Amino acid sequence: MAEPAAPQPPLRRRRMNLRKQPGFDTIAWICLFFLYAPIVVLIIFSFNDNRSVVKWTEFSLRWYKAAFENDGIRRATVISLEVAAVATIFATTFATMAALATTRVRAFKGQTLVYAIINQPLMVPEIVTAVSTLAFFGIIKQITGVNGIGYLMLAHTVFCIPFAYMPIRARLEDMNLTLEQAAADLYATPIQVFRKVTLPLMAPGIVAGAMLAFVVSLDDVIITLLVGGPGETTLPVYILGQIRRGITPEINAVSAVLLGLSVILVSIFFLIGNKKRH
Amino acid sequence: MTDATPSGARLAEARRQTGAAARRRRWQLLSPAIVIIAAFGIFPLTITLIYSFLSPGTYGGVTWKFSTDAYVQFLFDRDIFDDTLQFSTTYLSIFARSIGLALGATVGALLVGFPTAYFIASKPPGQRNLWLFLITLPFWVNLLIRTYAILLIIRDEGIVNIGLMWTGLIDHPIGMLYTNYAVFAGLIYSYLPFMVLPLYASLEKLDFRLIEAAYDLYASRFQVLRHVIIPMARPGIIAGCILVFIPGLGAYITPELLGGGKELMIGNLIALQFSGSRNWPFGSAAALILMVVVMASLIVYVRSTAKGSSSNG
Repeated sequence: MAEPAAPQPPLRRRRMNLRKQPGFDTIAWICLFFLYAPIVVLIIFSFNDNRSVVKWTEFSLRWYKAAFENDGIRRATVISLEVAAVATIFATTFATMAALATTRVRAFKGQTLVYAIINQPLMVPEIVTAVSTLAFFGIIKQITGVNGIGYLMLAHTVFCIPFAYMPIRARLEDMNLTLEQAAADLYATPIQVFRKVTLPLMAPGIVAGAMLAFVVSLDDVIITLLVGGPGETTLPVYILGQIRRGITPEINAVSAVLLGLSVILVSIFFLIGNKKRH
Repeated sequence: MTDATPSGARLAEARRQTGAAARRRRWQLLSPAIVIIAAFGIFPLTITLIYSFLSPGTYGGVTWKFSTDAYVQFLFDRDIFDDTLQFSTTYLSIFARSIGLALGATVGALLVGFPTAYFIASKPPGQRNLWLFLITLPFWVNLLIRTYAILLIIRDEGIVNIGLMWTGLIDHPIGMLYTNYAVFAGLIYSYLPFMVLPLYASLEKLDFRLIEAAYDLYASRFQVLRHVIIPMARPGIIAGCILVFIPGLGAYITPELLGGGKELMIGNLIALQFSGSRNWPFGSAAALILMVVVMASLIVYVRSTAKGSSSNG
């Protein structure tokens, strides 16, 4: 269908492409180059046998092995995954419920306020959230005497909710009520309608939301750095600590793994989003 | 349209009957998300407000004694001997530097992001999503790791300096790391996708027939850009600038790694008060001042978009 679309006569087109602005293409390509160049350099040199990040000697998985055998990295990875898993489950559940309540309904009283509250974690600078949460949890800890990693999970849940909410809401808004109405006409109970029709239809949105929440939780540094107690070091916080102390090739390897994980999850997210339209 | 079908009508009728029940159900569904964000996202901000008016505790934390010292400290140095106040620009200059760096990064991101967004918008529709994906993908890579990657290549032994020395352009490394320029470049790099996305959203809707019309009326390329493309991309430009300015202003990792603690920004100043130098009230006050600046820019944004849409019709 796109084949015969040549709106301009060829003669004029050869003279100048009206859509183009001089230099814009070059800037776009340079921009793309600079976005990827540092990341690519990091990945390439994480496979370098040498300690150097400059001189290439030989391909080797030596630093990946070293990173894998490093106890600090292992512990931090486990904590990162635990926190991200718990935060993702809760944030996605709450976001799904909120999305069901706020989409495909007529405007209701307090709607703007609801949106503002759900998006609040995105509007406040992260450092402000971090210190406020630190102060608040400090008070709770003092009063209740309860410590533990639960606080960190709670903090992560809060800022993951808006990220999970966005794709779920987008998915729900694309769905119309016809199928659910058909099911109701066929005497399905509301619970049956939800389980057999609504939930399967919104599943891609929920998966996408959960993946975003997971990536965002896994990547967080500032809030974890301040809110996390001793022994609650997640992988990014561990990496930051190591960078401050000096650059080691193990850190390159871990960074490359974390980077790869984010890229894979987000690529799946992109593919799901793209398929939806076909 | 669905309301015209019998089932739609029935549903609408049922909905009217169970209006109260539906409302109750809606708030039940909303309450976990709302309660958790209100309790652990919004309420802690009031604690910060209260803390900013208290006195610092010896080992971090606060003592419950009212004091405006945190705010006074921002502008004045208290003399240790005779307790007089002297105007001091130490913290003001950190704020000024943060605002300057964030504004600079915003302008830089706009200058790079606009052509990029335009380039994507002028691609055939089938290719645009792939391009958008390529631009936003680095954003999802951990900010810390991206900043670390920049650190690796611009440090004295980094690939850039080695490369420049190899070509003979320089004979000793340029100290790029731990400068304002490094922080500036790092901020642009970190938040560029925030600029490109809203710009693209505006430019995608651009009617290229208007550009043709302008050319037919003998406009030069620059005039087309100045009088046709930029005015129509205005909402995207404003949104993109806000989205880069706000996180840039509160940046922590970028100045921490690329500024090396030498080129402090507000984010580092706040974090420092809660860890190293332990003055929680002062840190709280700094956090609140940052919040006020952010809220002010958001209000400017809302105002300008409201004005834009009302003037369009």
